[in-house]
Amino acid sequence: MQATLILEDGTTFVGQSFGAPVSVAGEVVFNTAMTGYVESLTDPSYAGQLMTLTYPLVGNYGVPPFTFRQDGLADFMESDRIYASALIVSDYSEDYSHWNAVESLDTWMKREGIPGITGIDTRALTKVLRRHGVMMGKIVIEGERPEDVKEENYGEVNYVERVSCREVIRYNENADKRVVLVDCGVKHNILRSLVSRGVEVVRVPWDYDFNTMEFDGLFLANGPGDPDRCGRAVRNIQKFLANDKVRPLMGICMGNQLLAKAAGATIYKLKYGHRSHNQPVRQVGTNRCFITSQNHGFAVNAESLSAEWQPYFENMNDGSNEGIRHTSRPWCSAQFHPEACGGPTDTTFLFDDFVHLL
Amino acid sequence: MNPTINKVLLLGSGALKIGEAGEFDYSGSQALKALREEGIETVLINPNIATVQTSEGVADHIYFLPVTPFFVEKIIAKERPQGILLAFGGQTALNCGVALYESGIFEKYGVKVLGTPVRAIMDTEDRDLFVRRLDEININTIKSEACETPEAARIAAKALGFPVIVRAAYALGGLGSGFAADETELNALLEKAFAFSPQVLVEKSLKGWKEIEYEVVRDRFDNCITVCNMENFDPLGIHTGESIVIAPSQTLTNSEYHKLRELAIRIVRHIGIVGECNVQYAFDPQSEDYRVIEVNARLSRSSALASKATGYPLAFVAAKLGLGYGLFDLKNSVTRTTSAFFEPALDYVVCKIPRWDLGKFRGVDREIGSSMKSVGEVMAIGRTFEEAVQKGIRMIGQGLHGFVGNRELKIDDIENALASPTDKRLLVIEKAFFGGMSVERIHELTKIDKWFLYKLENIFKTNAQLRQISRLDQLNDALLRRAKEQGFTDFQIARALRLDTMLGATQGGNMVRAERKRRGILPVVKRIDTLAAEYPAKTNYLYLTYCGTIHDVRFEGDHRSVVVLGSGAYRIGSSVEFDWCGVQALNTIRSEGLRSVMINYNPETVSTDYDMCDRLYFDELTFERVMDIIELETPRGVIVSTGGQIPNNLAMRLDAEQVPILGTAARYIDNAEDREKFSEMLRRIGVDQPAWSALTTMDDIRGFIDQVGFPVLVRPSYVLSGAAMNVCSNWEELERFLRLASDVSKEHPVVVSQFIEHAKEIEMDAVAKDGEVIAYAISEHIEFAGVHSGDATIQFPPQKLYVETVRRIKKISRQIAHELCISGPFNIQFLARENDIKVIECNLRASRSFPFVSKVLKVNFIELATRVMLGLPVEPPAASQFDLDYVGIKASQFSFNRLQNADPVLGVDMSSTGEVGCIGDDTSDALLKALLSVGHRIPEKNILLSSGNALQKADLLPAARMLVEHGYHIFATPGTSRYLSGNGVDNTLVSWPSDTEGDAEDVLQLMHRGGVDFVVNVPKDLTPRELTNGYKVRRTAVDLNIPLITNARLASAFIAAFCTLTPDDIEVKSWEEY
Repeated sequence: MQATLILEDGTTFVGQSFGAPVSVAGEVVFNTAMTGYVESLTDPSYAGQLMTLTYPLVGNYGVPPFTFRQDGLADFMESDRIYASALIVSDYSEDYSHWNAVESLDTWMKREGIPGITGIDTRALTKVLRRHGVMMGKIVIEGERPEDVKEENYGEVNYVERVSCREVIRYNENADKRVVLVDCGVKHNILRSLVSRGVEVVRVPWDYDFNTMEFDGLFLANGPGDPDRCGRAVRNIQKFLANDKVRPLMGICMGNQLLAKAAGATIYKLKYGHRSHNQPVRQVGTNRCFITSQNHGFAVNAESLSAEWQPYFENMNDGSNEGIRHTSRPWCSAQFHPEACGGPTDTTFLFDDFVHLL
Repeated sequence: MNPTINKVLLLGSGALKIGEAGEFDYSGSQALKALREEGIETVLINPNIATVQTSEGVADHIYFLPVTPFFVEKIIAKERPQGILLAFGGQTALNCGVALYESGIFEKYGVKVLGTPVRAIMDTEDRDLFVRRLDEININTIKSEACETPEAARIAAKALGFPVIVRAAYALGGLGSGFAADETELNALLEKAFAFSPQVLVEKSLKGWKEIEYEVVRDRFDNCITVCNMENFDPLGIHTGESIVIAPSQTLTNSEYHKLRELAIRIVRHIGIVGECNVQYAFDPQSEDYRVIEVNARLSRSSALASKATGYPLAFVAAKLGLGYGLFDLKNSVTRTTSAFFEPALDYVVCKIPRWDLGKFRGVDREIGSSMKSVGEVMAIGRTFEEAVQKGIRMIGQGLHGFVGNRELKIDDIENALASPTDKRLLVIEKAFFGGMSVERIHELTKIDKWFLYKLENIFKTNAQLRQISRLDQLNDALLRRAKEQGFTDFQIARALRLDTMLGATQGGNMVRAERKRRGILPVVKRIDTLAAEYPAKTNYLYLTYCGTIHDVRFEGDHRSVVVLGSGAYRIGSSVEFDWCGVQALNTIRSEGLRSVMINYNPETVSTDYDMCDRLYFDELTFERVMDIIELETPRGVIVSTGGQIPNNLAMRLDAEQVPILGTAARYIDNAEDREKFSEMLRRIGVDQPAWSALTTMDDIRGFIDQVGFPVLVRPSYVLSGAAMNVCSNWEELERFLRLASDVSKEHPVVVSQFIEHAKEIEMDAVAKDGEVIAYAISEHIEFAGVHSGDATIQFPPQKLYVETVRRIKKISRQIAHELCISGPFNIQFLARENDIKVIECNLRASRSFPFVSKVLKVNFIELATRVMLGLPVEPPAASQFDLDYVGIKASQFSFNRLQNADPVLGVDMSSTGEVGCIGDDTSDALLKALLSVGHRIPEKNILLSSGNALQKADLLPAARMLVEHGYHIFATPGTSRYLSGNGVDNTLVSWPSDTEGDAEDVLQLMHRGGVDFVVNVPKDLTPRELTNGYKVRRTAVDLNIPLITNARLASAFIAAFCTLTPDDIEVKSWEEY
């Protein structure tokens, strides 16, 4: 079945439908990772987005079983379902081959009601997005009318609210140390990374006031959308920072942005974001460099940091901020994803550092 | 960077051989560029004169000398560099560097090894050390026992359980390695392995596992990146050099990809690599279990491939890191704005396919396995696997049209053929699909991952759909487009529709092409940019695909571009020399302010470096693809004469499409290529050539031979198996050869030519303008005619030609140049006996010897030829070969040690894989350098002579006398022994393996016990007994790594050289000092 991708500026690409044959609208972004479609699709940070994969061959290794551990975390996925609104590829591989696969990408996406489009010149599309910046777009299935496809303005939606847990969830209860994790759309591997390091994790909804709880450290998770929609979370973080009792804090991605906002810095939207597994970052003031996994459309304006805060990491391609830390207190955050899944594992030491501080 | 380093020595890899080929010209050239950019004075040792790295302006001082500790030490003593780079010249340079380090030479002269420390290299090279080092960080290696004796190896094998794999330590590309299913096979392997190495490794076989490689870069600040990972299409058990390789990996999940990446980085950090390194894994197809196979602490074939596959210049970066830079100091060479500390994101798929030339060898095993036999490779780029693999199959240049649409292969037992892969395995898979075999079953037999098989099945299915149609108007757009997206050529489509049988191959393809263009189904040009379009690229590294709608580049249409067609896969008969020619043409075009455009697809070359031209199309050299590019580029013209035979063969078809061919007109190229037309022209201008005739019946053949007499050269036009041509000395041989090799019929005539014995062979390499010769070089073969010009040892300028001969050759060449209105490079081969000159062949293109004569004469023939072709004014060069007070010798490198069971004999078909060119004060000096460069050693004491027919025995007599005078001991086989004794030359009789001669020792036994240092075996003729006896001696010499010469004239020249000169007499002079 034919499907058409129509961008906000009128550019159209015609391809074939796979996955669920439904039309959808969202923010069109591109991701240059060469593996990890399972992880990316289930990453809640892709909520509301039509994800273009620049690597053309997709679906090769199928989809692993959607099973969960006893503690409720997925074995192979990054959440409980697909969060991206659609997948845009060049050459969807109908046949797959892998010992751990139980179904094809197509079957999985059909079951989850997520549309895909294949046969797209994803390189040309990426260049459009690079020049113009990310834009809204829709995938229209053959026989449907573009104007009938429901649209939301990406910037105006509080996606964090949509993807965050609704109630407090505890993992690895009664461990020696307890970490409160603010769930803005947390990837399960962040939770797995903390649990495997022997701490109890108390996962709270994004706007939950955790300041009344007993805990040893605070973790600010990743999440989708515009951080400016998350004022309530920022106010909770500010309370934490102002608390006389200084406890360690670590943030990732949206967590980095919320921490920066809480510290008084400003956030801006990148033209086309960083979504890839090959982003080089340098620890500021050192010769230590890391390849990181990234998925963000907003960035911290390092210039706006107050004197108590300093850049921790910096992107070596475009110089944008990749993390901040407090000059004297055990508070830091990374714009990239040290938990990987998908992507490189160079920066998992940040979890070690954090747990060590508790 | 390190400020104390201002002069650096770089070791090259010498002649191209199986396992060590053009990739090291590319790596070395990149490293030299990186050094020069820093203002560092560079010294290069590499006897491979045809390389780009040994060209003017690439290194400051170039030595055409053997890369051996003896010569390298002399050069260090003379040049006194502060630093040395060992990682850019393959295993040859690495081994030489380790030897120099161990003998304290670097310390003695204060030379610092830049990049990875030698200790770390040794950790990776010694298997035992390697396993221990990886054990330290809990990394799994293949359980392997290092054994110093065959007995120890047998015990180890029993303990591990068969099948086992045996590897020789310190050997390049799996030399002396193999699988053994039982003890008998093991014993055979062990003997060979111990001949190459004092240590062998016995390990449990993991046949059927996946093979995955990572290319890792580390700087001295401990920053690491993996530039590329690659997956072998063929399962473990097939050497990675023999395997189809895909980049990036296709069947690994994110978790697997990053698990192996993380391990690779851990290994590289632990070992302490500074620069580039390759990590190879065996990976379980049923879990995440893995073993590290090996780590190459140097640039490798894989790293060259990874550089081309990603656009990340590994060698260039590795050289900078060796100087002390951090990755964060360097920029991405493609975007020039982003950092070199990153990992390329590909938005295409790359497929490497090896090129074999096993048909060139008599007796060779065609099965592919753990030892490398391929002589070259191609890299195909596409946006589907189907597109890439079909391009690649065509690129290897063995007459295949893709995965489907080929001449039917006859296979008796498909299942067996699938289980025992040969160089034809892809065709066998296609045949299996044709027979209805399932992906599942093919997978069981081949262990190739099902994903790859599904993709091949897609191609098969599309072809089957096409075959149901027989008219173009029945072919709908969707199917046509799908076929093109899966890499079908217009010809393949025409063949599926049977248009080729109705209209002929060319017409059928043209018809599909016209229809396809009419329907607007056209390829688009895409760019390789390292970052999948995330940042704009400053370079033009391009490929074509049907999976896209928008071009990445603009086409100026200003007629300022000049397209140079490259030479394709390295193969026997066409390798780095044509890369040199192509690069020189590009340089000349660029320096004239024109836009240089290269089309080529060989990842081992410098011409496919995106820095070398304004636009690089890394794509096919088929008529269809070249036309696609020309229609987009609308160039001023196309150069077809610097890339060997592939572009030359396209000239007529391009001309028919009104493509402007620069230089000699296509119809004259055809006049030289077409045997009949060429003979007619020679007859007209009164130039002689050996009598020949194209014959279609045995009676006609008899009639022709009755006129010219034996021996004759026989060239069947259709070869079933074995060598393509042969010299036959009598009826019995002729009949045997024709029965064995071919089918004589109207459709497949046999060309029979008079074969002139004891004649000199002479080459004329020249450049002409409008039919006037403006520069030329005449060189002579040391061997008499009968040894292929690509295998012969060539001397320039000639030292033993009559003045009269030279004069006549010049005259004939002028006549031919004039008749064919040559504008550009050309080469003529002559036979001369006394002053009787005959023309054998004429090519209106650059020949293999162009770089050699250009560098010896110090006149760049290709630059001149390119200027001629561009219509620019040219001055005839001032230098003349008659003024040279030195001699150049070009000698051939053979790789018989890689080709199990192949008869290492030289004949009319070429079998060498590479060459060197050395300069000396006289023939002996140059010859000794050249032969030492191709692996000969000056014998210590014992020499085996076994010298062919009476004439050859007589030829060798003076050399034999000289040996005895110089204190050598001669062993001789019965006939030779009698002859030598009869002429008063002392020798010890040894018996042939097939006979016993009293109490004389069996020759093979003598060789096996290490009793000889050098073997001269000259085959008498092709009688079966001789073949058996002589073959055994030759093959044993090769298998035991004893230097072997099979030609009486070359053997005599070599013996004369080492009897008159000691190694210390050899002049150590750089190119500029001549």
